[in-house]
Amino acid sequence: MGKILVGNHIRKLRFNHNEMTQQQLADKVGVTRQTIVALEKGNYSPSLELAFRIAHAFGLPLEEVFFYGDPPSE
Amino acid sequence: MTYQEKKSIVSLISAVLIFVFYCLYMYPQYPGGAVESSEAFRFWGSFVLSLTLVSILAHILISIVFNIIFRITTGEKEPTFADELDQLIDLKAFRNSFFVFVLGFLLAMGSLVIDQPSQVMFMILIASGFISDVTGSFTKLYHYRRGV
Repeated sequence: MGKILVGNHIRKLRFNHNEMTQQQLADKVGVTRQTIVALEKGNYSPSLELAFRIAHAFGLPLEEVFFYGDPPSE
Repeated sequence: MTYQEKKSIVSLISAVLIFVFYCLYMYPQYPGGAVESSEAFRFWGSFVLSLTLVSILAHILISIVFNIIFRITTGEKEPTFADELDQLIDLKAFRNSFFVFVLGFLLAMGSLVIDQPSQVMFMILIASGFISDVTGSFTKLYHYRRGV
């Protein structure tokens, strides 16, 4: 098994949303802070439900928070 | 290091310590004489039952002490619920732990088939219970550190 292919921009998006803390995001989407840490480190690919909840927390469509494979060039 | 990683390490160490100290405590009480005597069977029965009770109580106690120390040292509250990542890791830990115990159980039954004394069967059963406990804690630690 290779590395998880589902990446995300959560760290950057938190910073852009008034420097939201990991705990604040965790409380918003109903997980523990440790899960947000694991997501940001790329150690865990969330369920579809959690992915949608995170995208809603940032007010963005899913594909602007998560990507599959290599990170999209900006 | 996250709360869950620390908790897995504490659980791993406490499982080993509880088992080692319990065995050291029970070893001198092993009845002498015939290995198939009713005294020997009573000893193994009480060994397993007491170990189960002692282990559960010690784990609860250690968990409470750990949470108190965690709060004092980090100033952070422990997570009060298990989210999807915790549940996934728990499932993987349970799967591995169960696999190890079933393997030990089959080995224990196999020892009877090849005419080993019943104390060998008890020893394999108890050892597999211990190893399955350690496997569960180790699996949790591995997945919390390396991801799922």
